[in-house]
Amino acid sequence: MATILAVDDSASMRQMVTFTLKGAGYDVEEACDGSEALGIAKTKKFDLVLSDVNMPVMDGIQFVTELRKLGEYKFVPVLMLTTESAGDKKMAGKKAGATGWIVKPFNPEQLLNTIKKVLG
Amino acid sequence: MSIDLSQFHQVFFEESFEGLDIMESSLLALDLTEVDAETINSIFRAAHSIKGGAGTFGFMQVSGFTHVVETLLDEIRSGDRDIKQEHVDLFLICVDCLRGLLSDLQAHTEPDMAQADELKAKFEAILAGTEAETENSAETNAVGSASDTPDQTETAGQSADSDVKGWKIEFIPCEDVLCTGNEPYRMFRELQDLAEAESGGSMKVVPHLEKLPEFSEMHPEMCYLSWTIFVYADIELSDIEEIFEWVVDDCDIRYERLTDAGQASDQISDQISDQASDVVVANNEIQVEDKPTEINAELAEIEAEKEVVAETPAAAITSATETEQTAEVESEKIPTKAAKSPTKAAENTSIRVSIDKIDGLINMVGELVITQSMLGQLGQEFDMDRVQRLQEGLGQLEQNTRELQESVMKIRMLPISFAFSRFPRLVRDLSKQLDKEVDLVMIGENTELDKTVMEKIGDPLVHLVRNSLDHGLENAEERTANGKSSNGTITLNAYHHGGNIVIEVKDDGAGLNKERIRNKAIEKGLVSEDETLSDAQVYDLIFQAGFSTADVVSDVSGRGVGMDVVRRNIAELNGSIEVTSKTGEGSTFSIRLPLTLAILDGQLVKVGEEVYIFPLVSIVESIQLEKSMLNNITGNQFVMQLRDDYIPILCLQDVFNTGAEKKDLEGAMLVVVEGDNEKVGIVVDELLGQQQVVIKSLEQNYQKVDSISGATILGDGTVALIVDVSGLNNKPLEKNSDDQTQAA
Repeated sequence: MATILAVDDSASMRQMVTFTLKGAGYDVEEACDGSEALGIAKTKKFDLVLSDVNMPVMDGIQFVTELRKLGEYKFVPVLMLTTESAGDKKMAGKKAGATGWIVKPFNPEQLLNTIKKVLG
Repeated sequence: MSIDLSQFHQVFFEESFEGLDIMESSLLALDLTEVDAETINSIFRAAHSIKGGAGTFGFMQVSGFTHVVETLLDEIRSGDRDIKQEHVDLFLICVDCLRGLLSDLQAHTEPDMAQADELKAKFEAILAGTEAETENSAETNAVGSASDTPDQTETAGQSADSDVKGWKIEFIPCEDVLCTGNEPYRMFRELQDLAEAESGGSMKVVPHLEKLPEFSEMHPEMCYLSWTIFVYADIELSDIEEIFEWVVDDCDIRYERLTDAGQASDQISDQISDQASDVVVANNEIQVEDKPTEINAELAEIEAEKEVVAETPAAAITSATETEQTAEVESEKIPTKAAKSPTKAAENTSIRVSIDKIDGLINMVGELVITQSMLGQLGQEFDMDRVQRLQEGLGQLEQNTRELQESVMKIRMLPISFAFSRFPRLVRDLSKQLDKEVDLVMIGENTELDKTVMEKIGDPLVHLVRNSLDHGLENAEERTANGKSSNGTITLNAYHHGGNIVIEVKDDGAGLNKERIRNKAIEKGLVSEDETLSDAQVYDLIFQAGFSTADVVSDVSGRGVGMDVVRRNIAELNGSIEVTSKTGEGSTFSIRLPLTLAILDGQLVKVGEEVYIFPLVSIVESIQLEKSMLNNITGNQFVMQLRDDYIPILCLQDVFNTGAEKKDLEGAMLVVVEGDNEKVGIVVDELLGQQQVVIKSLEQNYQKVDSISGATILGDGTVALIVDVSGLNNKPLEKNSDDQTQAA
């Protein structure tokens, strides 16, 4: 089954995302910030990366920039979890190499639908 | 699939409260003359997370309110607006308001939105202010809405057209589209799903290869292809736009309506023949023809795959190797459990423990298991030659148990900063209210304390700090007149001392006014006019019930709670409080508390057939009574002279009505204990050993008994009662005061 790396500094968000995705049969790993996520991404290859934008230590934008520098993650879909108000953030995410975004707040169904679309 | 989101609520509340604490402390730490970007960032992040979580978990009131807070923070963060004191004040009120809303929601009650709405209006006014001030943002807004409107009208116009039979989409991706993980192929697949959802719907993809360079010049990461896509289905444009949402900004996408099917197919053939005529080399022509079929084939393949996946998940799982399966099942179950348990747990019942402590604990348990198996083996083939080894083993077991006990206790220990954290805000608000300039210094914030003790010490500490601020510190004029700096200082200091934690609340104010305390005490009839009192005795008067020196009851500390309540609360925790003071230099309140409520160092004593336990901290000394020391003042109340003091003598047989025979007081063993700063001598038959005892609540297992703070189970399985020394102390005092009132 496809492997997904979920990055968010909010524990409740991480729990919700992980619970939803695992329930749908995906293999999920969590990270609390970009820097931790980058470390995990280097140890194994994920099929999809979900990342929050606003995080301490290393934010989502910087994380995607760094992730895309890794050869293995050049084409891997990376979705940003972002709030609707942050239109400029969306663009900053795209510029950094994000594939797309999921607008917060989202419910588990919306999350799964988007991920199914990307992973097929 | 539907997921019950309420299982994540508890975690959300916990992290939100943490976020609010961060917001509060960061706001308080903010130096407006030199704003630290990271501090603003962390405030923003906290608000942002709360908003996001609240939206996700369905708390729309909270997310709506937090949205305006976040917007203002974002403007400050991005430098569009300078942060002012009024903003800080407003944010702080918001923190309180959000705390209230979240607490209500956590308690499953409908939150009161009145304050939130009021605050929201204030924020909106501030936010609207910018738009009037800075033209830039107004302009971008206008541009934004301008670009929005035509799109919408267009969409509306198109969907109103009943002749729509499909769409022609020109999709020219940017060259590096693949490098953002966007696969055009995925979008075609989605489009096809969309088209085929309509009955009779279909789709055709025509690639354009003009931009494809020579092989030698081709960069493998670049996308040189573009496509024309025909969708034959009556679909809303917005649905199609959604598919290209992620790439619309850097790709060229044009939509064109196909008004009827015939025209559309004409167009395709036109298109293809157009292309064919453009292509000179025969090779390319083949490719042009090939490509769509290739894509169609691939699409079909995907379709097939999808079906296979849909049909055989169960089979796939059963055929999976066993280890994999269990691993998966387990990993799925664990979060479910973990997520569910907090929903059941009530507020504040969870505790965060560092991994180090858990690891230490696991280590300890490992040791215990080794010792246990060693002893078990020894027991199976035991003979007297091995007594030595048995003793060694038991010694080891004792050590393991003690270490385990210590580590488990450590888990309940939290740094005192949990109790201190509210003071920066409190001091800030109070000093504003009282118009005093106050610096707060906190020392020893990492000193650890049992969680339960921590929770119970919060209110007394607040009272002491309020008191120091209100009564202790002088106002700025008075201070400067006395040659002090205009800023008063309140110091909170925590440190470990023996088995206790000492918390000091210190101010550099005027100090306690001995004369005034004394006069007040005389006025209240607490002491007589001709009584000579030591300084310590005078200071101690402020802890007497009904004592207040403030001439005017102020809003700040005059809340009907006196120092006597503070002392009582602390005594309930087996702790003590005392005050030292120096005129003109300030006062220090020192609270001494046991590190934990669960375990007590006790002195075992025997009275009749019963074994009682005195907390070791309360014992002053043990002496043998001599006749010369004894005095009988009122009726059967004996007192004894102990150096300069007269102390009452109590027999536990009387206190607890055990009916046991009383021995002659002369030559009896007497344990002098102190609680509430009052000494009392207790007659015991025998002093047994000292040991650590685990406190079991009598209230939970039986009922509350006066003068008994709990019970414990001794090594031989019998129950021993733990004597509540301050409760015991209040008894004879009450009797005395009754006598006095009767006499008067």
